[in-house]
Amino acid sequence: MNMIEVEGLTRRFGDFTAVDHISFTVGKGTVFGFLGPNGAGKSTAIRMLCTLLRPTEGSARVVGFDIVKEQGQVRRHIGLVAEKLILYDQLTAEENLSLFGRLNNLPEEQIKQAIDKWLGRLHMEAWRKHRVGTFSTGMKQRINVARALFHHPDVLFLDEPTLGLDPQTTHAIHEFILELREEGMTIVLTTHDMVEAETLCQQIAIIDQAKIVALDTTTNLKKLLSADNTTVIDVEVANLSEPMLSQLKSVESIASVTQSDTYRVRIHTRNTDNIAPILSALDAMGANVRAINTVLPTMEDVFLHVTGREMRDKVAASVPSVRAHRWGGASRVR
Amino acid sequence: MFGNLKGLIMHSFRLGIKDLLVFARDRMMLISFVVMPIFMMLMVGFIFPSQNVLKNVSFGVVNLDEGSMGDRIVLALQQMNRGQNERIFAITYLRSKGTAVDQIKYQMISGALIIPFDFSATISTGEQASVILITDQSNPQVSAAITGTISGLMSSLANQLASQNVAALLPNVPNPQQLIVPFTVQTEGIVAGKPNYFEFMAPGIMAMTIMFAAMTGLAGSISRERELGTLDGIISAPISRLSIILGKSFAQVVRGLLQALLTLILTVVLFGVVVHGSYGLLALLLLLTVFSFIGIGVMISALASQQETAMTIMMTLTFPMLFLSGALFPVQQMPVVMQWISKGLPLTYAVEALRKCVVLGTGISGMMTDIWVMLGFGVIFTVIAIPVFNRAITR
Repeated sequence: MNMIEVEGLTRRFGDFTAVDHISFTVGKGTVFGFLGPNGAGKSTAIRMLCTLLRPTEGSARVVGFDIVKEQGQVRRHIGLVAEKLILYDQLTAEENLSLFGRLNNLPEEQIKQAIDKWLGRLHMEAWRKHRVGTFSTGMKQRINVARALFHHPDVLFLDEPTLGLDPQTTHAIHEFILELREEGMTIVLTTHDMVEAETLCQQIAIIDQAKIVALDTTTNLKKLLSADNTTVIDVEVANLSEPMLSQLKSVESIASVTQSDTYRVRIHTRNTDNIAPILSALDAMGANVRAINTVLPTMEDVFLHVTGREMRDKVAASVPSVRAHRWGGASRVR
Repeated sequence: MFGNLKGLIMHSFRLGIKDLLVFARDRMMLISFVVMPIFMMLMVGFIFPSQNVLKNVSFGVVNLDEGSMGDRIVLALQQMNRGQNERIFAITYLRSKGTAVDQIKYQMISGALIIPFDFSATISTGEQASVILITDQSNPQVSAAITGTISGLMSSLANQLASQNVAALLPNVPNPQQLIVPFTVQTEGIVAGKPNYFEFMAPGIMAMTIMFAAMTGLAGSISRERELGTLDGIISAPISRLSIILGKSFAQVVRGLLQALLTLILTVVLFGVVVHGSYGLLALLLLLTVFSFIGIGVMISALASQQETAMTIMMTLTFPMLFLSGALFPVQQMPVVMQWISKGLPLTYAVEALRKCVVLGTGISGMMTDIWVMLGFGVIFTVIAIPVFNRAITR
């Protein structure tokens, strides 16, 4: 069963088209990700699905209900973690949760149970009676996620759920989303973090300049490169320089060149798996090549391949390194 | 249907309580909430001149009279000072008219009385004599008060003199005063005590405080939630839009009433204002005042996407309203065009009704027009505001 069905959904703000005829479906229990740079239209798309914004054109159904005609029904079945925190700083964690529980018509008894359950699961019991305003950003986001899940929604929308969080909390949120995925929760999330998209999502829609440019499972998206005969090579050059990079870009069999750090460069070939011309080009420009590897494509490579450019505002991929400290961010000095 | 209604009321109530809780725990908001009416009351109460009551006004006297009448005038001036708790004039004796003019120019004194050298002589020859009063024209209100006080003093002195003369000329007249002044005017108020300017101001300030609370508070609170992002949470919850408006309004009504109550207590305690009408009616009027502004507040917050914009619109609306409604100055003193505009503002009716209730002790039957107009404003604006708000929040 499809939990979300979107057909030609479009939103314009004056002359600006924020979302341009996007169509997709999300099956029950799927984690679906919108991947794209800031301003691509991810948030606008999510806001329309959550009935916070009226579409200019097209239609969408969430849990079987029309997002324009059956807003009330849609709202009953969704949970939202928006870009900004939906929490009141002056209220305690408990007060925030019970407020939203009551607005969702949960009986008092169930509210009490749900508070125990979610604060427990998110390791926040100790902070129950504390005002949210005194929390760290990571702690706030946990309460915020608990708030969104509080009334057992059928679909959970997460708009950049780990934006601005430290690596530990990011990791913890990732783990939590994966747990929810195990439990069969349908999740739609937006991110501009390739690693996050790859870690969490079963299906990814790459969105760029208001349009979906690629939509498939993570594995299939990566196959896009090999299907087009594109090989990804990682080269380490000891004397890497600006002129060398621009010379490489003009080589016939090279589709794109991206510097990944001081000495390393990532090259996409153009419709060929023959890397010999690249090697001779490197040799001709006097490059001191220390290492050369063909590598498996990442989501970053997929993005570059389908959009022809890098993500405009690249954020250093925060690979969670501290696996031992689950929910490490919860303890904080007061 | 009834389930919906119950839900609507419960959700509104929850949201209202939430707003009040958020407000009560925000120290800065709480401080400004208490300080604003106190500040307004003190400012208006102490700084605005109580009409015709002069206190400690620097006043120059130039007595050039060679006869005894000049001294009688000076003595009367001194006696007038003695009768009061606070002296009316701080008298400086000056040598010439020139000095007096100079001192007024430097604003060392606010006015001067000049008694010419031939004052007594002129009177004794049977001619009409006069003194000269110079006032500081840069301060019309004090000038007018000085003129009034001195004229009063001079005419009572003239009366005394006339009585003496009449008595001497016509010893058979039993009441010479009646011959000189055949009739007088007696003023009478309908409530006990002398009203001061502050009694005029207090109802105006109460209405103003509530207007600010209802309009600024409501629009501010909605646009703040919009900016913080919490409004998304409320809108995406399965509740009616009406309950958002009702909940917010409920919180603002409570705040407005508390502030009005504070204003009332201050006026009674600090300025000795007596509420002549019933407190129940007063509460009803305050509630109606809030109601008549809620719709406008909701509409502004719907139209302004940012808190700052909302505040700017609010100021543009409230300030002219404040001055035109008669809250601070009597409408009767305004040009006719302004009086017409004034009739189109809800605040005018709120102020009028409150003033009737507080100062004159008028009952509800005496202010039905005001009540209907306020109700009308409230209903019309709320009816317009709800769809505008609904559209605006899902732009």
